[in-house]
Amino acid sequence: MFYREAGQYKTSYAADQALLPILQDRIGLLMILVAVFVLIPLIATDFFLSAIMIPFLVFALAAIGLNVLTGYAGQLSLGSGAFMGVGAYACYKLTTLFPDVNIIVHILLSGFFAAIAGMVFGLPSLRIKGLYLAITTLAAQFFLEWCFIRIPWLYNFNDSGAIEVPGRKLLGISITGPLATPTVRYLVILTIVAVMTLLAANVLRGRIGRSWMMIRDMDIAAELMGIRPLYAKLSAFAFSSYYCGVAGALLVFCWLGSAEVEAFDINHSFLILFMVIIGGMGSLLGCFLGAAFIWVLPIVIRAVPSALGIDMLAATTEHISNIVIGILIIFFLIVEPHGLARLWQIAKEKLRTWPFPYATT
Amino acid sequence: MELLQQIFVLPFVDMVSMPDFLIQVVWEGFVAGVLYALIALGFVLIYKASGVFNFAQGIMVVFAAMALVGIHDMGAPAWLALLLTIALMGLLAITIERVVLRKLVNQHEAILLMATIGLTLVLKGVGELVFGGGTKSMITEELGLPTGSSDWEVFGGIVIFQHIDIAAAVIAILMVATLAVFFSKTRIGRALRAVADDHQAALSVGISLHQIWAIVWFASGIVALVTGIMWGARSDVSFALEIIALKALAVLILGGFTSIPGAIIGGLMVGIGEKLFEVYWGPIFGGGTEAWFAYVLALIFLLFRPQGLFGERIIERV
Amino acid sequence: MTVADAAVADSDVADAGTAVERNELLSVENVSLSFGGVKAITDISFNILEGEIRAIIGPNGAGKTSMLNVINGFYHPQEGSITFRGKKRRRMKPYQAAASGIARTFQNVALFKGMSTLDNIMSGRSLKMKRGLFWQLLHVGPARNEEIEHRQRVEEIIDFLEIAAIRKQPVGKLPYGLQKRVELGRAMAMDPDLLLLDEPMAGMNLEEKEDMSRFILDLNTEFGITVALIEHDMGVVMDLADRVVVLDYGKKIADGTPAEVQANQDVIDAYLGVAR
Repeated sequence: MFYREAGQYKTSYAADQALLPILQDRIGLLMILVAVFVLIPLIATDFFLSAIMIPFLVFALAAIGLNVLTGYAGQLSLGSGAFMGVGAYACYKLTTLFPDVNIIVHILLSGFFAAIAGMVFGLPSLRIKGLYLAITTLAAQFFLEWCFIRIPWLYNFNDSGAIEVPGRKLLGISITGPLATPTVRYLVILTIVAVMTLLAANVLRGRIGRSWMMIRDMDIAAELMGIRPLYAKLSAFAFSSYYCGVAGALLVFCWLGSAEVEAFDINHSFLILFMVIIGGMGSLLGCFLGAAFIWVLPIVIRAVPSALGIDMLAATTEHISNIVIGILIIFFLIVEPHGLARLWQIAKEKLRTWPFPYATT
Repeated sequence: MELLQQIFVLPFVDMVSMPDFLIQVVWEGFVAGVLYALIALGFVLIYKASGVFNFAQGIMVVFAAMALVGIHDMGAPAWLALLLTIALMGLLAITIERVVLRKLVNQHEAILLMATIGLTLVLKGVGELVFGGGTKSMITEELGLPTGSSDWEVFGGIVIFQHIDIAAAVIAILMVATLAVFFSKTRIGRALRAVADDHQAALSVGISLHQIWAIVWFASGIVALVTGIMWGARSDVSFALEIIALKALAVLILGGFTSIPGAIIGGLMVGIGEKLFEVYWGPIFGGGTEAWFAYVLALIFLLFRPQGLFGERIIERV
Repeated sequence: MTVADAAVADSDVADAGTAVERNELLSVENVSLSFGGVKAITDISFNILEGEIRAIIGPNGAGKTSMLNVINGFYHPQEGSITFRGKKRRRMKPYQAAASGIARTFQNVALFKGMSTLDNIMSGRSLKMKRGLFWQLLHVGPARNEEIEHRQRVEEIIDFLEIAAIRKQPVGKLPYGLQKRVELGRAMAMDPDLLLLDEPMAGMNLEEKEDMSRFILDLNTEFGITVALIEHDMGVVMDLADRVVVLDYGKKIADGTPAEVQANQDVIDAYLGVAR
């Protein structure tokens, strides 16, 4: 009843190809933008911002990176954690070497280093496919992790092996380091993520995005239609790693404030992969849904026992959280391999005929 | 210049100048390689028969080992604990087949892979919950496995062989031989090969896919248990071990996904290779190269032979 | 295409044997192809003239699809060469074939199952789209204009093939006959000079075959596309083709107009039981 396209005619191809062709979708997005940019900073607690919104956004960005590579271009990658690390360490080196340059610039630049690493480790994809490629991305993951430890220059020969984020300002306001407030950090991350999401959406609906999907679906046919596998695959790796790299830089600079190698280990690679699977491969919305789900779920599980008055060890809740996520992954793969995003799409389809349950549109 | 010398000359000089040490290193690598090969064997069994890449193989190894020790700790004598663990792995196989595999029969292999990743999480969580997340010592003596070591004087030095390592090698060989015979000579073995080839054709001659899959996962579970016991006998087991099982993936690349001899040879290559590299070249790079050597080796290999040493040539037909 | 050409093409189809002055578009010269020990193609030579419809027929396993794959650059022959538009080459990458103006459809429909009909046909325009990453990121501006321009052309093809109703549907859900039509549209979207069709009518009923035949004929006469098609249905071959080449066990056993081939004793022995 509310969610109908009736009366909305597209009179130009441009209108038909718009990101959000339906008016209700546009209104919905506008409301969400108002909520996240205006409402949340006003009413949310520091805890909510630091522990929920900020990590959610950072991982959503990394999930976009992985989804582009795995969901849209069909190249399974288990190295996203390491590429985040490349971005983080690159940003650290850049800002310690050039402290006067704006930190936002450094964050955006650091993505390029990750992109280069992505292209190098993506080279095997020209000859190797599917599971084999996933295993070689493990090579990237473990090798880069090893580099983060064994190349002291990366963490400025710090004794602890960790990187500490120096305080940086933008327009006089602290956005990194101990003085930066959660609200400021949240808004910085939010803006960057929002803009990058838009850019990703643009690329995905155009020529380049289509070439990625062609490679994913049938790379032989794609080649026979003029797509150069070299360009398509490497560009996917580069684009994806750029996003992971920026996410890594944001993770260290605007969320944790410091980081050790463990922040970019194989477990994080898997975490991001789970977000992409559950959220929906090949869907930008899925990245956000998956990130929200995977990040918020353990928090909820941890909160449930205390809410019910039961005492439980932190370790136990982590075990239970693992079990629940594992079961949910299997459940989703059985019921809806395309994840939460597809479930959302189905819900929208149902909304179009609501309140008539048996009508077809 | 000096770096070149360090990389291309000195390690070999070191090797030759202390041959007893070289033999020790190779032996250590061999032993690790046998264990990698066993994990890879579990993968190959399942992949051959059901086309599923069982990412949870590594966690199954750990789970089996932890279960064995855990049950023993609860008071059961070793032989009973062993029997119960075997039964547990059987139950696990049937449950996985019924709950996961059956529902995902026609899906793309990537989806099945991800389902096994989910399975890994579940097993990890359940295992840690029931048997505890700490490290445990393997009940080597109670199981009747040999302990102690023997020395062998050679090349003017001594090479030490742990009895348990020799036992591991022997058991591995026995297991591979048994499996090879099983596959080629028995009725079920034939059925397994049929299923590996073509599910639908196998169905049409009356082979029950579900039964076969349950059997294969059970067999793989037994392999996992043996691996876990052997592994635990050398170093303590804990759920942090599963990452090491990821190395078996590199083994599979070298040996191919569907070849049992390939898994063995691949395992030995990785085991010996990474040990040699770490001991003789590691110091140049600051050590810790075992973390990535196997994968980089696999990567280089794949560039030249995308199907692995023994794998089938991938021919794409349009 | 001028009216005179169209008339000639029309009459050519109906009246086998009328000599028409056409340029040679593609020439296959002494091509041999083997896989390991199996010889798929042995020393085959034939040509395809511009603007004609050339049929390649033969029993199963004769090497017809392999022949198309060689022309496409997917397989590389051990001996022989292909000359396309005067350029001779033995080894060519598939995307080079695509860039030179050769498009094809496949025996087992090779559509991009994760994309809609519209996207699949748009993917045929990939070679023609040039706007770089910067404009793609922005989308508004040159990239969008390019999309719209090509969308226009794709819509013409969609109209031509009468598949407007399914343009937004994911192709994986379409019935087989429609999938084949979409695949034809995708190949057409490449604006090819030469269109290779691998059994475009396989698995279709009479009505669908008539539709497909009409499309192929129309795209040959209206859009001027040269067609080489593999087909088993003799009726279709005899009606559509200007000339026919017959393969058997990887060798060429006949080459000529449909009438000539029909009368050829070797062909009858190998393949045709009863002439239609």
